[in-house]
Order: sequence, then C-alpha cells, then structure tokens
Amino acid sequence: MKKTAQQYSTGSKVLTWIFVCLSVVWVFPVVVVLINSFKENGFVNMEPFALPSGESFVGLDNYIKGLTFGNYPFFRAAFYSLFITVTSVALILVFCSMSAWYIARVNSLFSKIFYYLCLFSMIVPFQMVMFTLTFTADQLNLSTPYTIPIVYLGFGAGLAIFMFLGFIKGLPTEIEEAAAIDGCGPLRAFFNVVVPMLKPTMISVGILELMWVWNDYLLPYLVLDRTMYMTIPILVQYLKGSYGTVDLGATMAVIMMSITPIIIVYIFCQKHIIKGVAAGAVKG
Amino acid sequence: MAKSKKSVNLVQAPLRRLAPIFILPTFFAFVIGFVWPFIQGIYLSFCNFNTPKDAKWVGLSNYMKVFQDAGFLNAFKNTAAFAVVSIILINVLAFIIAYALTQKIRGANLFRTVFFMPNLIGGVVLGYIWSMIFDGILKNYGTYLTANGTYGFWGLVILVAWQQIGYMMIIYIAGLQALSEDMLEAARIDGANGRQTLFQVIIPNVMPSITTCTFLTLTNSFKMFDQNMALTNGLPSVIQDGAKINVTELLALNIYSTYNINKNYHGVAQAKAVIFFILVAVMAIAQQALTRRKEVEQ
Repeated sequence: MKKTAQQYSTGSKVLTWIFVCLSVVWVFPVVVVLINSFKENGFVNMEPFALPSGESFVGLDNYIKGLTFGNYPFFRAAFYSLFITVTSVALILVFCSMSAWYIARVNSLFSKIFYYLCLFSMIVPFQMVMFTLTFTADQLNLSTPYTIPIVYLGFGAGLAIFMFLGFIKGLPTEIEEAAAIDGCGPLRAFFNVVVPMLKPTMISVGILELMWVWNDYLLPYLVLDRTMYMTIPILVQYLKGSYGTVDLGATMAVIMMSITPIIIVYIFCQKHIIKGVAAGAVKG
Repeated sequence: MAKSKKSVNLVQAPLRRLAPIFILPTFFAFVIGFVWPFIQGIYLSFCNFNTPKDAKWVGLSNYMKVFQDAGFLNAFKNTAAFAVVSIILINVLAFIIAYALTQKIRGANLFRTVFFMPNLIGGVVLGYIWSMIFDGILKNYGTYLTANGTYGFWGLVILVAWQQIGYMMIIYIAGLQALSEDMLEAARIDGANGRQTLFQVIIPNVMPSITTCTFLTLTNSFKMFDQNMALTNGLPSVIQDGAKINVTELLALNIYSTYNINKNYHGVAQAKAVIFFILVAVMAIAQQALTRRKEVEQ
C-alpha cells in the first residue's frame, strides 16, 4: 500500500526523523572506514574521524597498495574466501536436502540415529570440537581451500538437515507416489519434484550458511595451512596483529574491499535475506 | 510417522537402494566434521596430550585444574555479566524498533535494511572497526580501549548491540506481522488504549518471538569469540594470586588462549571446552522445554 504524504500523522513524522538519526549512527562505523581508506597512513591513527583534507588525501593509493601489501595480496584471500563459501554452501544445499528427504521418507534405524545426531550437533559449540577437528582435518589432508568445504558440510549438516526436514515433513507424499507410479526413479523424483517445492527453504538455508561461512574466522584459521592460505577474515586479523608496523590506510582499504561485495549482494537480495533469517529463527 | 503400505513400496524401497548417493556423503562428512572430533574431544579432556597420538590418560586432573583456574572463573563471570546486559539491552531496543517500524511509518523498509546491515560483516572485521573508533574517542581523554577492563566490557556490549539489534528486530517484526488484525481490532473496539493493547494483547502474543530472541542472544553471548578477540583480545591482563588473568576475556576466548599457552595446557583447554559444551547444551535444552510448555499453555 502506497501512502501519500498527508496520510502520515505528526507522530509518525517525528518517528521518521528519530529513525533517520538512528540510521546515521548505524552506518557511522562503516563511514569511518570509508573516509580513512582515502587517507595517508599517518593520519588514520592521529585523527580517525576527520574527513580527508588536501594534506591527508591520497586518492586510490591505499586501494592499490591494499591489493598487494602485507606479503599477502588481497585478491588471493578474496579468491579463497569466495571459493570456500560458494563450494561449501553448494555442497550443504545439495547433500543436506537429499539426506533430509531420505530421513523423512525411509523409516529405518539409521535414519533415526542420524536425525538425533543432527539435533544433538546443533547444541554443541564449535569450541568443543575445534582442537580435535584440526587434528582430524590434518590427518585426512583436508587443510586446503579445495577440501575444507567437506569440513563445512560436516559441521553445518545438523542445522541444514533440521531445517530441510522441518519443511519436508509438511509435504504431501502423494505427489512423490504419483511420480513413482509414472516410473520416476528417486533421483529424478527428488530433483524434478521435491527440489522445486523446497526452493524457499533452499534460499533460507543458503543465506544462513552463506553468512556463516563467508564471515567465519576460527574454523578456517585452525584447519587451513596458514602459511599458504588465508581467507579475508584471517587476513584482516593478521593485519591487525601487526598493528603499528602495518599501513593503516591500506588496511582500511582492505576492509572496504572486503565488505563492499557483501553489502552489494545484500542490497539486491535483502528480501530473501531477511525472510531467511526470520524463517531460520522460528525453527532454531 | 504413519506410512501407508503403498508409499513404503513406491518411494521408500527404491530410495533405500540409493542410500549411498542420498545419505552416505553427508554422513561421512558429518562423522569427519562432528562425530569423531566430538568423541575424541571427550576422551582427550581426560588426557595429557600434544597430538592425539601421544595422549596419556590422567583421569580427572585436567578438570581439577580448570576449577582452580582464576582466569576461567573470571571469564565465566565476565560471560555471565555480558550475557545479562546484552540480553536486556538488545531485546528491549530490538523490540522497540520493531514495534515502531510496524506502525505506519515512512521509509520503514529502508530503516530495516540499515539496521540489519552489520550482520553481514564478520566479527573480526567488526572488532577491528570498533577498536579504531573507541581508541579514536578515548584518545581525547588521554586513554585507550585496553587500558581498563571496564572500557573493554562496555565496548563489547556496544559492538554486539549494534550488530545484533538488527537481527533480533527482524524476528520481532515477523512476530508482530503475524498478529491477527481481528484481535487488534477487537481490542480497539473494547476500548483498550495504546498501552493496554501493547502490554496485554501484543506482548503476550509475541511471546514465542521473545523466547526465541532471548535464547538466541543468550547463546550468542556465551559463544562470543571473534568480536572478543578482535576488539580487546582479553586485554588488559593483571597478575592475581600469581596467575595471569585477561580481564576482558570471555569463555570461548579463554579456552582458545589456554590451549595456546603450551602443550601442557592442551588437556586443560579441552576439559574447559567440555564444561563449556555442557553449559551451552543445558541452555539450549532449557529453551526447548520452555518453548514447548508455552505452546501447551496457549
């Protein structure tokens, strides 16, 4: 419903202005990073809230430096982050939805055990398994960006299967039976009949997992071979660790480059993201 | 799950034959990523170890050390205080914002978008940004963020409130939008004023959302790691009774830093992790029990 200006009361106008101020407070931290990403190194620490002036303004120098500096180029970390996130989320969506359908439709002891293990895994914090997971991943040679998605599939399976199962339980079995009568095998029935119905849940699960994997610090930090592979959060923490010796202006540029893509994605898919969060919370 | 005979034959039997495709890949990954590390974690909490291969059984001695560890006790108190403050702050503000945004207000969608935005940025990056902001402000008073435990504690509260208010707001908005128009209409016809409607009609009916958000903020506070590490890394540290204590350290960070002291502390860190797991699990089970009881009452 679109409303014309007259239909808003004075009270709601006041409220709007309060929210405008609050929104400014909310974006302020990001704005601070943005303005500092255009300032010369020395000025970042000295006057972090000042706008770049003639003296401190360096244009895009920080961004150019940020792409290559700290003996670990930003592009490399960005590539690993992107690869790990896309692969892990894809694996989780495909395999966990298949497993959830299997658990829902096949009435066996194995299904039951797996289901209860999934529920159980949802209440176990990462700290409980982080040291031992590192050993296991090391032993199985999973410590590269190309194999770590398997670890994500394993640790993320609990929540994903639980969410898929919650939806599948509400689906009528008659459609699948009709498909089977028409000679449709389980694989075709799953991908052509079940997956289209699962689409909204796929989006919710996908978004929750995406936000988790992209921003995750500790799991890749512990599992990956750090001398060779860094993701964006690991790179940022690494740059912060060398505080003082590092070029702060360029670090601000690195932060800006790491949050801009996700904010752009957010602006285009915000309806799905917000729906996904609301759906995830109701179940969790 | 009651299954008809027909469905058993038509869907279940062929699917069962394809178990290696449908369920085994996930199950193997799940064993690698969760089941085995969990079992090994329990076992190693009773051992002295550098790697699992050289583990030596020491019984309860790791657990005894945990309970004598002043740093762990301090981290526990910090976490509890942090949880209480952030639960109240985040939920009250998120509810107020959600309530206001579901009224007829211009630009509600835009505000919602802005408030949720911090959730897209990782905890490590957020910690870095805010440490710069706090240091920038405190510099005017001749001090800095890690000079004092109080600064670090409230700094973390502000950071986490800024981040999570938007998240909880989304859940409250969903709860508020699900309220039936008829019910609100009935309250209006019965002559309820705004306050009565809010406290006697709206709040009792969004109780499920309130329970969800309270427990989400509770478990988030207990599991807080990235932001804690990136903002203060537990600093400042003090020596108390001969032991080094990181004043602003929360539980998850304490477990991690214990592990990194040296290899004699690996077992102690794992024992702390087990205790931590039990704490978080008890909270999650309590939520389930509470939610279920609420559903029965309604």
